[in-house]
Amino acid sequence: MHELGIANSVLDAVRTEMSLHPGTYPCKVGVRIGEMAAIDQEALRFCFEAIILDTDLKALELGIEVCPRRHRCQACGREFVVHDYDSRCPQCASLDTTCISGDELELAYLEVEEYGSSTVGAKSPQ
Amino acid sequence: MDRVPLERKVLSENDRIAAELRARFQEHGILCLNLISSPGSGKTSLLERTLETLPRPNRVAVLTGDIQTENDANRLKRFGFPVKQITTGGTCHLDARMIERHLADWNLNDLDLLLIENVGNLVCPASYDLGEAAKIVVLSVTEGEDKPLKYPSIFFKSDLLVLNKIDLLPYVPFDITAAAENARKVHPGMEIVKVSCLTGNGLQEWMTWLAQRRSAHKPLVQETVS
Repeated sequence: MHELGIANSVLDAVRTEMSLHPGTYPCKVGVRIGEMAAIDQEALRFCFEAIILDTDLKALELGIEVCPRRHRCQACGREFVVHDYDSRCPQCASLDTTCISGDELELAYLEVEEYGSSTVGAKSPQ
Repeated sequence: MDRVPLERKVLSENDRIAAELRARFQEHGILCLNLISSPGSGKTSLLERTLETLPRPNRVAVLTGDIQTENDANRLKRFGFPVKQITTGGTCHLDARMIERHLADWNLNDLDLLLIENVGNLVCPASYDLGEAAKIVVLSVTEGEDKPLKYPSIFFKSDLLVLNKIDLLPYVPFDITAAAENARKVHPGMEIVKVSCLTGNGLQEWMTWLAQRRSAHKPLVQETVS
């Protein structure tokens, strides 16, 4: 159960990034989580919502993109998604394949909105 | 609405400290190993056996993590090597900053091998780089041969699987062949040693693995130095 620490790291990164964007507020932060990263999505979401509650960032949305485990075949170069731990190359059946992704724990993006613009469709004052 | 790319690791601060530690270990020719398992799989017993067997003098130190108590450090101190307990006070894994802090008053010139015993947990320690050269996962035969499939991350990231408590094989329904197959499904080519820290069976294989890693890790002789 280290998702609370992960959620805090995400929030720290948001606050650091926001200092570079004066006059805006953050709406959504996107993270990429590999299926081999040992992170429980629901626990992360729960922790994230708990730590932003009653803060200035309480409306901040968390976007989670799950990244499958991908291998590249050393024999034929084919890249493929590994299902059910079967890392054999689907093209040439070689077992000599190496993992190229699937253990991500990365910050992907931050969506920011200018103060004064509305999220419900109204035009910002000219 | 603007979308700002962030493109960095969530644990970038931990990874930064871990990279610094790794560079320091390399500079001093220290092999650092991070032992991970469920609680009760035998990490401390494996370390006891290791410290007991290492020829003297040997330049080894141990950092051992637990949520509470100094029990493990007390078990390990009797072999005469420097040992420090890291009590996390609730945190379920060690992180790079804890390692950095606890190394502060050791002279790294005095060490060739640093053994880190992580907090007993098969999940969270997998996410935290401690600057180690390799992670080692310990699994005991009382736990079930499907653990590598249930907790793939740590088996995927570990160089070696130590299957412990093999003296209990006659008494438990543990399929050791299936366990090895499952580990290699998650991590093709994973190295495996089978040991009993109680009887000493198989420990020679573990010590050989350790010795090979240590000799492979020795800093290259600087031939350019006259």
